[in-house]
Amino acid sequence: MTKTPGGDASAPPLLSVNGLGIGLPPGGDRAEAVTDISFQIHPGETLCLVGESGSGKSVIGQAILGMLPRALPVTGGSIRLQDKVLPSQRDAAYQALRSVRMAMIFQDAGASLNPVKRVGRQLEEILKVHGVPAAERRDRVLDMFEAVRLPDPARIFAAYPHQLSGGQAQRVVIAGALLLKPALLVADEPTTALDVTTQAEILDLIAALKADTGASVLFITHDFGVVAEIADRVAVMKDGRIVEAGRAGDVLDRPQHPYTQRLIAASRPTGAKPSRAEEAPILEADGLHLTYRSGPIFNRRVTQAVRDVSLSLAPGRTLAVVGESGSGKSSLARCLLRLEEVERGTIRFKGADITHLAGRDLQRLRKSVQVVLQDPYSALNPRQTIRSAIAEGPIIHGMPVAEARRKAEDLLELTGLTAQSADRYPHEFSGGQRQRICIARALALEPELLIADEAVSALDVSIQAQILDLFRDMQARFGFAMVFITHDLRVARAISDDILVMQQGRVVESGATGQVFDRPAHAYTRALLAAAPGLGLAMEEGAA
Amino acid sequence: MTGYILSRVLRAIITLLITVSLVFIFIRFSGDPAAALAPPDAPQEVIDQYARAMGLDQPLWQQYTSYIGGLFRGEFGYSIHTGRPVEALFLDRLPYTLHLGLTALSIALVLGIALGAIAAINRGRLLDRAVMGFSVFAFAMPNFLFGLCLILIGALVFQVFLAGASANVLFPALTLGLAAMGSFARFARSSLLETINAPFMRAAEARGIPFARRLILHAAPNAAIPLVTLVGLSLGALIAGSVVTEQVFAWPGVGQLLVRSVATRDIATVQFLVLAVAFTMIMANLIVDLLYLVIDPRIRVK
Repeated sequence: MTKTPGGDASAPPLLSVNGLGIGLPPGGDRAEAVTDISFQIHPGETLCLVGESGSGKSVIGQAILGMLPRALPVTGGSIRLQDKVLPSQRDAAYQALRSVRMAMIFQDAGASLNPVKRVGRQLEEILKVHGVPAAERRDRVLDMFEAVRLPDPARIFAAYPHQLSGGQAQRVVIAGALLLKPALLVADEPTTALDVTTQAEILDLIAALKADTGASVLFITHDFGVVAEIADRVAVMKDGRIVEAGRAGDVLDRPQHPYTQRLIAASRPTGAKPSRAEEAPILEADGLHLTYRSGPIFNRRVTQAVRDVSLSLAPGRTLAVVGESGSGKSSLARCLLRLEEVERGTIRFKGADITHLAGRDLQRLRKSVQVVLQDPYSALNPRQTIRSAIAEGPIIHGMPVAEARRKAEDLLELTGLTAQSADRYPHEFSGGQRQRICIARALALEPELLIADEAVSALDVSIQAQILDLFRDMQARFGFAMVFITHDLRVARAISDDILVMQQGRVVESGATGQVFDRPAHAYTRALLAAAPGLGLAMEEGAA
Repeated sequence: MTGYILSRVLRAIITLLITVSLVFIFIRFSGDPAAALAPPDAPQEVIDQYARAMGLDQPLWQQYTSYIGGLFRGEFGYSIHTGRPVEALFLDRLPYTLHLGLTALSIALVLGIALGAIAAINRGRLLDRAVMGFSVFAFAMPNFLFGLCLILIGALVFQVFLAGASANVLFPALTLGLAAMGSFARFARSSLLETINAPFMRAAEARGIPFARRLILHAAPNAAIPLVTLVGLSLGALIAGSVVTEQVFAWPGVGQLLVRSVATRDIATVQFLVLAVAFTMIMANLIVDLLYLVIDPRIRVK
């Protein structure tokens, strides 16, 4: 990965934000979305604006493009592009500035393209509304596709958004943003929705294009791994204020503010826990196959989600299953949970064959094998109090109601919430708190095996670290074995004893976590490790 | 794409076959048609004579095969009362119903989408509330009530009689179209709101695309997709409504013929009309399915 150092601090700044304040609608958790924000971006420089969700970093990007909604009024300060003060928000004058002087790209590139129009036409439209003659448009779009290294530009030109992969869509969107050679690119979490390998390619591309065109980049992210890859300078935001700013190397090596220190620490792995002695495996899978068939009778689509996967897990240990999206890791989890019928292969739990368990026997198994899912928002019934959500499982499995309700309170306290909150509803909790509730719910049945499917992927990094700690604490206390499914290698390294790397439904590598990280045997594992942002940095620091 | 078309056409044919059979069964089981047709005090011999004339004395399966066979040969039977082929009776009435139905559908579509768009753009303001209030009212009011009010106002205030074959189609069409307009307006509003707030609309704004262009070229084609489904589905309500509306306005359409034929137990006519309505519905939904190919590339190209 190349990192082009950029930025000429002696030149006059391209963009300067001075004392910017943006209000929030009344009734929020604070009066202003951002307060007294000041920073400059010099020509050719990349500034990373880092913060967790809710820190106000995204509204700054919107304000620069003049796109703040009416509900978020500017309360003070100014934004200047070179020597000109930008118009007031939503002014028609912005139409001539957007795409021409400054452009913006968003997190979900696929969703930022109109689903019913060919992508080439959508990019031509940018040229059309900014007065480029019809004869030139197609060639300019194709040239730009070439520049963002899209394969077969003519085919991409005629494609619809749903026909593109996530990485291709982000390249198309970047091509659109740079069509008119803007001086400033605002990138709002442009790689967060992508796989690690694609993320690395896109970061690489942005750095290369920046070097070619001399554009400046305001890169908004929550991920210090990304910061380490791409930033010249960093500004760290918390609760609407910049708490620390400086050169990227200085901030990463010697963070001054406690919050920055916490964020950087959270993006680094911690050491593995002492492993339990080899015992008879609690979970074994042998030669699992799973095939999905979907679509109408005439063009049935067949997806081989899991192919010949075998694994073994000892009591009290944690196995991480890593891979990119579509690698079959979640399908594997569904098989182990007996939510999908496997086609071939056997699953044994505590030595007993559970592959085709049904009826009451399956119901009894459910008590011993529990799951925590990725999205803590949709995993809880919004109309059920959390006490009822946690107590429901034990009651179904025969615990007296009063006892189950008391147990729910105990579990809430154990997982870092208060017993008083038991009668509240899910929407009253934050994402991290909801994941604690989901963990409490899973533990209520005292499972011997816990399957966590991307259980920390939807959370901010500092919350991620807390939830991983909680998983470790609970495992130490209750002694369950865990299958931890994740696309994030840092998470896998932090939590697991053993690791299983999946690609296209197959296991390409498995072994003890430290060994796989230090001496990856398979090319795909090496590619994943090389692509993971900031992992190199994190491991060096972690070892120190 | 061919697979998609084939499966939709096949589904339409199967639905049609099921409908044909159900119509046959329901008419046979809703009482003895021969007894209903004969005079109230007719002796059994007369009833039997009626039954023989209509082929009702044959075993059920024979009736069924000759009925299905007739359908394939284009022989739909004769009206008991006029002695004319039922398809001729139907074709006499069809132009009136088409005129009324298509006018009503146009009114519902144009007014409904316009009102929905106005409400969506002015979301949360007084205009939005007023438009939505009106569309609930239009949707909730029974067809015949609005029709009767129109006729009354026409006759008493403006001294014009709005009913009958020679009257202007606009008034029955307004009566018929208003309910559909109400649901179109509400649906158009929510569909457009959802589209306006979609990420690609913000991205288009960030690319410097002007507002009107974003609304017409980006939001509208996306918002139209669910609306097409609704139009196909509301055709049933329109046909049902046309039976009542034609009766109220003395409009000589198919609906009026259906009411009269049911009242006089004209089996062959009722059978044919029910089939014709079912055929129209099935065709309309087939067209909607095929329209998706045009408006939604996610179905057209995999």
